[in-house]
Amino acid sequence: MSAFQKTYTHLTALTKATVTLKATGAANDELAKVDGRLAQVVKINGNEVTLQVFEGTNGIPTNAEVEFLGHSPMLKVSHELCGRFFDAYGHPLDGADIQGEERETGGPTVNPYKRKQPSELIPTGIAGIDLNNTLVSGQKIPFFADPNQPYNQVMAMVALRADVDRIILGGMGLTNDDYLFYRNAFDNAGVLDKIVAFVNTTDNPPVERLLVPDMALTAAEYFAVDNNEKVLVLLTDMTLYADALAIVSNRMDQIPSKDSMPGSLYSDLAKIYEKAVQLPSGGSITILAVTTLNGGDITHAVPDNTGYITEGQLFLRNDSEIGKVIIDPFRSLSRLKQLVAGKKTRRDHPQVMNAAIRLYADAANAKTKLENGFDLSDYDNRALAFAKDYSERLLAIDVNIPINEMLDTAWKLFAKYFSKSEVAIKEEIMNEFWPKAE
Amino acid sequence: MKTTGEVVGVIANLVTVKTFGPVAQNEICYIELGNIRLMAEVIKIKGENAFVQVFESTRGLGIGAKVEFQGNMLEATLGPGILTRIYDGLQNDLKAMEDVFLQRGTYNDPLDMNSTWEFTPLCNVGDIVVAGNWLGWVPEGWLEHKIMVPFKCKGQYKVKSIKEKGTYKITDTIAVIENEEGEELPVTMIQKWPVKVPVTAFTSKPRPKYTLETGIRAIDTFNPIAEGGTGFIPGPFGAGKTVLQHAISKQADAQVIIIAACGERANEVVETFVEFPELDDPHTGRKLMERTVIIANTSNMPVSAREASVYTAMTIGEYYRAMGYKVLLLADSTSRWAQALREMSNRLEELPGQDAFPMDLSAIISEFYARAGYVYLPNGKTGSVTFLGTVSPAGGNLKEPVTESTKKAARCFYALQQSRADSKRYPAIDPLESYSKYLEYEEIQKTLEEKFGAGWTELVTRAKTYVQRGKEANEQINILGDDSVPVEYHDRFWKSELIDFVILQQDSFDVTDANCPMERQKMMFELVMSICDGKRDFKDFEECSSYYKRLINTLRQMNYSEWKSEQFDKYMNQVNDILNEKK
Repeated sequence: MSAFQKTYTHLTALTKATVTLKATGAANDELAKVDGRLAQVVKINGNEVTLQVFEGTNGIPTNAEVEFLGHSPMLKVSHELCGRFFDAYGHPLDGADIQGEERETGGPTVNPYKRKQPSELIPTGIAGIDLNNTLVSGQKIPFFADPNQPYNQVMAMVALRADVDRIILGGMGLTNDDYLFYRNAFDNAGVLDKIVAFVNTTDNPPVERLLVPDMALTAAEYFAVDNNEKVLVLLTDMTLYADALAIVSNRMDQIPSKDSMPGSLYSDLAKIYEKAVQLPSGGSITILAVTTLNGGDITHAVPDNTGYITEGQLFLRNDSEIGKVIIDPFRSLSRLKQLVAGKKTRRDHPQVMNAAIRLYADAANAKTKLENGFDLSDYDNRALAFAKDYSERLLAIDVNIPINEMLDTAWKLFAKYFSKSEVAIKEEIMNEFWPKAE
Repeated sequence: MKTTGEVVGVIANLVTVKTFGPVAQNEICYIELGNIRLMAEVIKIKGENAFVQVFESTRGLGIGAKVEFQGNMLEATLGPGILTRIYDGLQNDLKAMEDVFLQRGTYNDPLDMNSTWEFTPLCNVGDIVVAGNWLGWVPEGWLEHKIMVPFKCKGQYKVKSIKEKGTYKITDTIAVIENEEGEELPVTMIQKWPVKVPVTAFTSKPRPKYTLETGIRAIDTFNPIAEGGTGFIPGPFGAGKTVLQHAISKQADAQVIIIAACGERANEVVETFVEFPELDDPHTGRKLMERTVIIANTSNMPVSAREASVYTAMTIGEYYRAMGYKVLLLADSTSRWAQALREMSNRLEELPGQDAFPMDLSAIISEFYARAGYVYLPNGKTGSVTFLGTVSPAGGNLKEPVTESTKKAARCFYALQQSRADSKRYPAIDPLESYSKYLEYEEIQKTLEEKFGAGWTELVTRAKTYVQRGKEANEQINILGDDSVPVEYHDRFWKSELIDFVILQQDSFDVTDANCPMERQKMMFELVMSICDGKRDFKDFEECSSYYKRLINTLRQMNYSEWKSEQFDKYMNQVNDILNEKK
């Protein structure tokens, strides 16, 4: 690009989100300033250039000044990122500018052949995750949660407990209160220097959100690729990100597909989630996201496409029996857990996990029987009692114990409520781990 | 002289090019962007403007960029050395790329152009040959990789010269052939073929007559797929599509396996190329990777190359079919390919069909499925491409355009059901919804009866009836309660559970149960069916359920035991004991 950039002052068309003008030399995806607001080239047709204005076009006159910046969205990367909060454009929200190498966001894809198979456990202390749906470095997994559930609290908790070198927060459409919650949580835990945050709050224009994941992942790649760090990326809330995609596609007159979402939704989401990677050099990017649901509907285009992309999902559920939020063992799934369970954890892990879930399912059946007015057997009653204890002592999200203690707890509960044959675990494992009578 | 052009418009990866000469639909061109060149394909022409879809990110592209048209369509490079490779959708060799990141504008040779091969001629000077005839062969792993008269040759050719047995470079001329006009054509070990055009170098494509074994009971016994047949597996996420496809790719009785990972998770591809070099092919004892080609266009790779990836995979399949091999092509997932078509159709501002998919989606899908098949080659030998695609229906709802269009094209339908997956009944293939049209083919029925004895298809039909009746009985039991229905209802229900647990369910993570050879399938199926055909009296439903539970448990232990081992026989005796209780 030439150093000299011409300023244009004649817009030929304006919509709520875009402006069009006659200009030469513009490049696809290039940034520009329209009346001082940041915009990006989305369409070039001969000498007509259409720009998407992130903040919206309210009050922009037809003679507004347009200046092309000669590059697509960039982020300055260096260790000065640490401990800082940025807006969607990568500008610090909390003081002075940072120094660093300027990098284009949304960079190239990792060659699938160069990827390593994810194999490192990321312990979180939450049994609903570590025991039943083990998190593996290089994995991408979202929480499917209703808007009223405490997913941001759970995410912050997981982030703070996870044994990683760096935590990158990408906040999209966070309420100001939640933004402050994250700030305080990180601050109180004394880990601010481990954190980098890119935040778009509900006070900011929604379209700006579209920049957040790329910013967060560019920072993540700096730490994981350049510095071989284990990086955990938190993206909340991806449903609001998808909503912003729908707004833009609508204003570009594109034909919507299912649930008014753009036809490219799958690819748009995959581009973000597939940045999760275990690199050959040892660095890794793990993505933990939030997808809020409408009334628990997972067939909606956003959770549905997400489910096809991510390696499992974690469901939050209010358990009325114990009055706490638990990680639902039935609907949650970590597709990578078999890469670490029993291999990087104690060898009884896979069997204990399956047995506990099977017994919990028996309790669910007993509960249905009870609700339908049928009589309960002795086994049903024991299963119900087990389920309550299991929920309270293992599934609840406020549990924070090492993984061996989770396994020991499960064995204690088995022995308390069931006979060995009812638990039905491989005999050799049973003999080693079944609690000795006291 | 190559036609040139200049970029006059850009919307995402759809670029408008003003052309200075003739261009063809689907012609390949390169767009200059700084010092790199972006590959693109012409998808529409209007006046002097060509609309091209770029196979890479178009970031930074502006008007005035120079374009050079190549005079050919997107082509696959075919020759020895394809097996074991991992390609992207445009057939770039991913293993040969050094950078961890895929830099745009980087293309490489699909084959090692310096490799040498031990050539053995299969024809003589003076022989009359046509496209697809075998001129000679080179050993590729354990396969005889045939060097053929190029597919593009029309009419008859005469062999003017052929190299003697010996070692030659892949690019050396190994034969010279001459057409009826006397034009000579030198033939190397490499030929190129446009991926979107079906290879038709065969004499006829009869109806399939043999079955292709997969080692999966719910497929081989219940709804077998034919060699050269087509099938598809729709299912919501988490229903086990990928595990099922992996199992098939490991076990299927095919000589060449092509896996097209089309717009799916990169970590799943990693799993394949980490595991396959370690695992043995159950049919030859060689490493699985030796018979496998992976075409990886994962979900974050450029969308337009996703469409190319399935065609590239099919072309490679047809190439090995022409050598007389049994090829199995697996594509996961064809929905992602359809979505790529949708994105482009949208940018072209075509009038959309249902769910914004292009109107010709159905035609595109059926044309693609039609490329599979069992064929007679010009030399009288046979070869086949069997195609199995997965479909990822939005929201798990099978009433959506991709599933419906595929249903019209594919002959086998393996519906994965959420409720089966939830209750861990894997593979989650719904026994009643799913079907194989091949069971209705007389040719296939004949093959099955020859292999498994007279009355086999009738037996399969009867098994399905048992499952159906069991389901109905279960509904009655659930409505009226255990006590309020006759005990026969419970008997009916438990017979269907017996078929479900012992035949339909299969543990793909268990070494023994994962792959069930046909001999074993036949034995277990006939055993289970003889139990179902028996009449037993029970005093109440509890006796009935506990009786069948014991039977199921013992029969399942048989599934987990090595075939005809001591343990297997022990459980067989136990089964007989249980059966004798109710004689």
